[in-house]
Amino acid sequence: MTTLPLLSLAIWVPIFAGILVLLTGDDKNASSARWIALLGALAAFAVTIPLYTGFNMADGGFQFQEGYSWIPTFNIHYHLGADGIAVPLILLTSFTTVLVVIAGWEVIEKRVAQYMASFLIMSGLMIGVFGALDAILYYVFWEAMLIPMFLVIGIWGGPNRVYATIKFFLYTLLGSLLMLVAFIYLFYQTNSFEVVDYYRLQMTLPVQILVFLAFFMAFAVKIPMWPVHTWLPDAHVEAPTGGSVVLAAIALKLGGYSFLRFAMPIAPDAAHYLSGFMITLSLIAVVYIALVALVQQDMKKLIAYSSISHMGFVTLGFFLFSSIGLEGSIVQMISHGFISSAMFLSVGVLYDRMHSRQIADYGGVVNTMPKFAAFAVLFAMANAGLPGTSGFVGEFMVILASLQKNFWLAFLASTTLILGAAYTLWMVKRVFFGEIANSHVAELVDLNKRELLILTTLAILVIGFGVYPQPMTEMTHATVTQFLNHMAITKIPAGL
Amino acid sequence: MNGLQTDLIAALPELFVLSMAMFILIADLFLKPSNRIAIFLLTQITLLGAAYITISTHNPSVTYAFSSMFVDDPFADVMKLMIYLSTSIFLVYTRSYITLRGMFRGEFYALVLFAMAGMMIMVSGQHFLTLYMGLELLSLCLYALVAMDRDNARATEAAMKYFVLGALASGMLLYGMSMMYGATGSLNISEVASALLNGSQDKPVLVLGTVFIVAGLAFKLGAVPFQMWVPDVYEGSPTAVTLFIGSVTKLAAFAFVIRILAQGLYVLAIDWHGMLMIMAVLSIIIGNITAIAQTNLKRMLAYSTISHVGFLLFGLMSASLNGYISSMFYIVSYVLMTLAGFGMILLLSRKGFEAEQLDDLKGLNQRSPWFALMMLITMFSMAGVPPTLGFYAKFAVLQAALQAGFLWLVVFAVLMAVIGAFYYLRIVKLMYFDEPTDNTPIINPPEMNMLLSVNALGLLALGIMPQRLMDICAYAVAHSLQ
Repeated sequence: MTTLPLLSLAIWVPIFAGILVLLTGDDKNASSARWIALLGALAAFAVTIPLYTGFNMADGGFQFQEGYSWIPTFNIHYHLGADGIAVPLILLTSFTTVLVVIAGWEVIEKRVAQYMASFLIMSGLMIGVFGALDAILYYVFWEAMLIPMFLVIGIWGGPNRVYATIKFFLYTLLGSLLMLVAFIYLFYQTNSFEVVDYYRLQMTLPVQILVFLAFFMAFAVKIPMWPVHTWLPDAHVEAPTGGSVVLAAIALKLGGYSFLRFAMPIAPDAAHYLSGFMITLSLIAVVYIALVALVQQDMKKLIAYSSISHMGFVTLGFFLFSSIGLEGSIVQMISHGFISSAMFLSVGVLYDRMHSRQIADYGGVVNTMPKFAAFAVLFAMANAGLPGTSGFVGEFMVILASLQKNFWLAFLASTTLILGAAYTLWMVKRVFFGEIANSHVAELVDLNKRELLILTTLAILVIGFGVYPQPMTEMTHATVTQFLNHMAITKIPAGL
Repeated sequence: MNGLQTDLIAALPELFVLSMAMFILIADLFLKPSNRIAIFLLTQITLLGAAYITISTHNPSVTYAFSSMFVDDPFADVMKLMIYLSTSIFLVYTRSYITLRGMFRGEFYALVLFAMAGMMIMVSGQHFLTLYMGLELLSLCLYALVAMDRDNARATEAAMKYFVLGALASGMLLYGMSMMYGATGSLNISEVASALLNGSQDKPVLVLGTVFIVAGLAFKLGAVPFQMWVPDVYEGSPTAVTLFIGSVTKLAAFAFVIRILAQGLYVLAIDWHGMLMIMAVLSIIIGNITAIAQTNLKRMLAYSTISHVGFLLFGLMSASLNGYISSMFYIVSYVLMTLAGFGMILLLSRKGFEAEQLDDLKGLNQRSPWFALMMLITMFSMAGVPPTLGFYAKFAVLQAALQAGFLWLVVFAVLMAVIGAFYYLRIVKLMYFDEPTDNTPIINPPEMNMLLSVNALGLLALGIMPQRLMDICAYAVAHSLQ
């Protein structure tokens, strides 16, 4: 097949495009910065497409592998590879970056080059996280990605942006450093930073639990799981639209993906042992956070809480240890990527016109922006998990899996369908329907071509995957089977 | 080759630097003030010449000279090369600063060269007295350098404090050395080590001697609880001299510690590693937490230095080859970061204005996006965020400590690193998220702009490709220590 280093290209094309954009200098050259950024993002998306077309669906292992020695002193390698879980997320990342560049096109007026460059570089770094098979390489990408995000929220964010961005950075750093300690510990057990070597390492249960908890600190913050979720609403509310989109669509998935790549397969017995704990946290996120979402006054905050609640579904699916639950979680991650992007972009559309995110400032928007209202209602339905949209597929699979395990588990999980519908539709009702609330709403102008293009693309994907989810489940199937086989075998050394 | 020739070749770099320093002192008398740039160039040539001599006389074996009072080994050569390099960078950064403050005189350069000779002797000393002489040569020059801006009351106060506390530390060190002499009958590092190996000495005397020596060393490094002088001296000294004290001299202090603890007293590691552990933990706590409360940039960097010293001790306390290599890597990285950090302060300073408040960095991204980016890289490197050199430095010492079995201390250290990240982030925040309050254009000599950019980008480049530097450190330590 192909001999091109596809994963390297997927990582470095956007990073170099970002550096190129940065070189255009100050805002005098803003339009060239925009065009270079768009071309770079499109090129970066183009190089990830062969990852899909060239993917061998029957193979559950790592494909497109590349490996070079990087830091021999510590046996660190530049080792890349992607399996059926990573490839869809890589595609999601490069695709979302294109959307973000277009979405920021004329909205961002100051320091355009830095804005575009941040997103391009961040995109490359996040693809690096999904593609890295060496723990230190992974860690470098994982941490480096914080720097552009820190700047995006801090420079282009809302009034309370400094607090939000520092909170975001420190929360994530705290978890990550414990993960680093776990990596170094594993290095001294295996003399290697290769992820696959960690898969084979046998450890006693207490050690596995410590390792698992160190990973848990890093990933639970990122996903985020209750009770370490509090950075997310702040970061989402203060971030510019593009920042919110990347955070919700991709950054949260870094945590979910990493559970599957590190925490669970490295410490499978601990994962089984702690599954009750993890399921409880997930259910708290699903139910309690959904109730919190219900009372929000700020649209972005509401969607942020809704994201936490949906990610609770993802972690719930992970710890049921069944094929349908796991595939459901992965589908849910991808679909949430589309839906949350769409929701945040919709709020962005309103915010650009009214400069307010408060639900109370709106009302009757459908009268002045009918086209936009149609899209918004569609995305809201998808967020609530309406059958026929991609939001339904994942949730349904996870509920099915939890029903196999325990009726009450399924009962609690499925309350999301009611609560999700309640908070989303109630928001839609208050913002879009009813009488025109005030003179500002009366003056609203409907979508322009740029916004229409973005929202249409997302609408097609949301409905497309809702009706025909096959491509997603097909890709992940072999990997999920292999993963569950691995998880079923104990790693506790014999005799202990 | 006869004995004297071997001796002279081993000490050739020191001899060359000393004679050039004296030559510069005399040459300065005959130069018109307008031609004083020649002194600057002459000093740079001296550094280049010393580097040439060090490289050309280098060999991977250990050579003892002057009746084993002096040693020329790969560790000494590498450390000396690092000292030349950082001194040379330091001189470029400070030229315009000291010119504007009337300190651009021959004495400044002569003192720097004498101080450097002192450091080289500290790096190569193989005898308690040689080491001590090197240390005193360095210290006396530093006191003079701090007080050089003699009409500045703050600088004079700093010099006074530095002198009194420095003398106290030297006294402690000497006292500890004399106890070692009493117990082992020798002042020679290798003889002390072999005498200790026999283990027939009086244990209380040895332990007491170790305590005094470690306390003296901790004073020089600036580790808690001997850190009092660091913030005051950093703040009070002219920024140019702060840069020198904060960066180059740390290399010598590190070599000094390696010579005494790792080479001389390694048998007593069981006694000193506990002391280092306590100092490491305290330094990291006090350095990081106190740094948060600072509004003065130089003071903040002083506390940041204290916490970096804590991390350095993490590598040393594991008392293994891996630990020494890691801490050498750490100190070299630290020096490169500090050069860039203080370089930025010097860059923003101008005639009659010291950019030493945190607020002076406000809105730097709008005044100069390029240098804001350079400072961003430096700050993330100091915080230990990849892909910068600072990450691998922390990674190296943490893995060494973990290998030595200090799991919970490592967990503690990383939690403190999160606190540390906060004050570096605050600088990024000031540069990027705030509006500038001062819009004076930033004008500096082109070679300084260029070198500072290379310095900061180097932190990034070495962060992506750290292998070369790790190899050098491993080579230096492995070929010199047993």
